[in-house]
Amino acid sequence: MSRRAKQNVTALVSGLLFGAGLAVGGMTNPRKVINFLDVGGAWDPSLALVMIAAITVHFLAYRWVLGSSAPLFADDFAIPKLRYIDTKLVAGSAIFGAGWGLGGYCPGPGLVSLGAGSRDALIFVIMTAIGWWLTAKHEASKSAPATRNGPLDARDVRGHARS
Amino acid sequence: MTEFTPYSALAGGLLIGLAASLLLVGYGRVAGISGIAGNLLLGAGDRAWRVAFLMGLVLAGLGGAWLLPVGSTASPRPLAAVAAAGLLVGIGTRLGSGCTSGHGVCGLSRLSPRSMVATLTFMASGAVTAAVVRWIGGGA
Repeated sequence: MSRRAKQNVTALVSGLLFGAGLAVGGMTNPRKVINFLDVGGAWDPSLALVMIAAITVHFLAYRWVLGSSAPLFADDFAIPKLRYIDTKLVAGSAIFGAGWGLGGYCPGPGLVSLGAGSRDALIFVIMTAIGWWLTAKHEASKSAPATRNGPLDARDVRGHARS
Repeated sequence: MTEFTPYSALAGGLLIGLAASLLLVGYGRVAGISGIAGNLLLGAGDRAWRVAFLMGLVLAGLGGAWLLPVGSTASPRPLAAVAAAGLLVGIGTRLGSGCTSGHGVCGLSRLSPRSMVATLTFMASGAVTAAVVRWIGGGA
C-alpha cells in the first residue's frame, strides 16, 4: 500500500471510530446534548463522561507522540500552535455554543446523524456549510493580513509537535 | 427527559479518544471536524484524507442505524430553529477555529489555552441558550 493510501485509510478508520463513538455515547441524540447543556432542567450528565473519557485517552496519546519526530505515515505533525486569545475566538465560540444549544447538534454528530438518515441533521449540515462559506467569504473580503485562519487550518500551522 | 447513560457514555468517549489518537499517531492530524469539513468545502489542498475521514463519520451513522440502537437523531426543535442553529454553528466554528472535537477533545487534551477558553465559552453559551429556549417553551 502506498503511503498516501495508508494516510487515507487511517483517516477513514478514524472517522468510522469517531462516528461510532459519538453514536455509542449518545451524542447523536440532540435531546441528550440539550439536556446536558440545560443544567437547570432535566440534567443528563452523559456528555461530560464522553468528554472525560475521550480527553483521557487522547491526552495519553498526545504525551506519547511528543516523544516522536514524525507520525507513522507522514513527514510531520500538523498541530495548532497558536496560543493567543482574541475576540474572534471568544465571539465565534459563543456563537457556536448558541447554535449548539438551540439545535442540539454540533458538526460531528450532525454528519453521523445525516448518515443515519435524519432529516433534521441534513438541514443542519447544509446550513452549517453555508455558515462556513459565508464566514470565509466575509473574511476574505476584509482580506487584512492580520485575519488569519484559525489553528485548525493546516495550511497555517504545519510544524512539529515537539519544536 | 433523557436517561443518564454512564457506561455507554464512557465507551463512546473511549472510541472518540482512540479515533483522534489514531489520526494523530498515524497521520499527525487533529481530528477537528469543523476544520476538516470547512477547509474541504473552502478548497484546502489535501482533499483525499478529509473526504475519507468525513465519509467514515457518515458511514458510521449509516452502519450504526443498522447495527446499533442509535436512538433518536431528530432535534426536539422546529425545523426553522434547526436551520438557524446550523447557520450559527457554521459561522461560530469558523470564527472560533473549532468545535467540540477540535477544541473540546483534541485541544483540551493538548492543554491548549485557546481551546480551554473556546470550550468554556461554547459550553456556557450553549447552557444559556438551552435554558432560555426551555424557558420560552421549546422543550427537549
